[in-house]
Amino acid sequence: MAYSEKVMEHYTNPRNVGTLNKDNKNVGTGLVGAPECGDVMRLQIEVDDNNVITDAKFKTFGCGSAIASSSLATEWLKGKTVDEALAIDNMDIVEELALPPVKIHCSVLAEDAIKSAINDYRVKNGMEPIAMPKSHH
Amino acid sequence: MELPIYLDNNATTPLDPRVLEAMLPYFTNKFGNAASRNHAFGWVAEEGVDYAREQVAKLIGCTDKEIIFTSGATEADNLGIKGVYEMYQDKGNHIITATTEHKAVLDACKHLEKLGAKVTYLQVKADGLIDLQELEAAMTEQTILVTIMYGNNEIGVIQPIKEISAIAHKHGALFMTDATQAVGKIPVDVNADGIDLMAFSAHKMYGPKGVGALYVRRKNPRVKVTAQIDGGGHERGMRSGTLNVPGIVGLGKACELCRLEMDEEAKRLSALRDKLEGALSQMEESYVNGNTEHRLPHVANISFKYVEGEGLMMSMKDLAVSSGSACTSASLEPSYVLKSLGLSDDLAHSSIRFGLGRFTTEEEIDFAIEHTKAAVNHLRELSPLWEMFKEGIDLSKIEWAEH
Repeated sequence: MAYSEKVMEHYTNPRNVGTLNKDNKNVGTGLVGAPECGDVMRLQIEVDDNNVITDAKFKTFGCGSAIASSSLATEWLKGKTVDEALAIDNMDIVEELALPPVKIHCSVLAEDAIKSAINDYRVKNGMEPIAMPKSHH
Repeated sequence: MELPIYLDNNATTPLDPRVLEAMLPYFTNKFGNAASRNHAFGWVAEEGVDYAREQVAKLIGCTDKEIIFTSGATEADNLGIKGVYEMYQDKGNHIITATTEHKAVLDACKHLEKLGAKVTYLQVKADGLIDLQELEAAMTEQTILVTIMYGNNEIGVIQPIKEISAIAHKHGALFMTDATQAVGKIPVDVNADGIDLMAFSAHKMYGPKGVGALYVRRKNPRVKVTAQIDGGGHERGMRSGTLNVPGIVGLGKACELCRLEMDEEAKRLSALRDKLEGALSQMEESYVNGNTEHRLPHVANISFKYVEGEGLMMSMKDLAVSSGSACTSASLEPSYVLKSLGLSDDLAHSSIRFGLGRFTTEEEIDFAIEHTKAAVNHLRELSPLWEMFKEGIDLSKIEWAEH
């Protein structure tokens, strides 16, 4: 199966690879997926006092589409408010990367990672976690 | 050196130019139907087929009358297994095979289960070989067929064929082997190995696609299979259908070349394979899969822990290899062969198969080593699992999200 140009581009030049200090109060970490399923994403956000995401980092174990989905997600997150970030839908990622049906789960995982990172941030800062979307798997 | 480099010779091999040359006349002026008995066009085609049959027979140590040409190894597997079951089911309904067989064997057996066959799927040991005592214990009075592959397509391990056939025969069962990966690569002799039926294919040994053969023993014992394709009674009634004359001529030539060049070629390939495997297995957290002593000379299967195989292949875009990870469905099933060895799912997802071939050069192997190392290192930089491993976190203790 051939990958789309956008997937290849993100895969070859992944944005925002790295690690934020997960112990910082203004950092939210989402770790989703499982090694035995062949994909694990870790996505982190750093949030300022105005609820704006100032930095985002990822590391992903998975196929090219999983890596591209998480790379794209970090790119989109930077500069958004937390509420805006919550509105990112996996189908936006599917559309942007032209993912084929068999790779839709990669985008689902990226959406899960975003929401999971936001929840980690919310809980750390005394807020209620938002309900996680029903897993599509 | 041309890129990308082809290291997927277990999937298929390029056609040897010498094979192509032998085939070409049979597409044009020697186009006759080998079954046309009344004119020169038919005779010429038949001569080509007869000669090919001898070339094939010589490679595996049988007589030309014991070769049934088919469309490939999948058809030969189906004809052998289903044909034996149909022919001998009044003697018993039990078949023994192994979990690491090719799908052509496994699915033919599953088909027979629906028709009343009992099938035992032997587990393999961690090195990929079957346990002979388990085979012995599985034999019953109802066992009519034991079918175990010669060399495995994913990890290259060679089963103890002589010992397996001896056990089958001791209990009055026939022994069949899918030798698609072995014939032409290592010495295979149906008499020395005690083989009653054997499936193989041209396109794994530098011949054309669309042609293969089933060896069916004619003496001690005389084996019969019920035809699975009915029609004009070609191939002594066991496989009807106009003979694929150019393909058969190609298979014959491919067999001849393999027979003449095998010894030298096997040495050359195993040296190159060992070089590749040695260099890559020196990397941290990399593991060679399968028995390394009883193995085809041209295959290496290596797991690079903490990177995912499909992602890795994408990074190795200048190498054509194959992965045990198929990230193409929500279930993300890794290779059933690697799982049969007891590999955890994450290690199975992290595997790459390198299949060397007649046209692989040392320069290409040197390139493959550096290219693979760079890709693994790159992906490990991207891998949260690698980072956790480096921090000393026990990944098995993490509660992974339901997925």
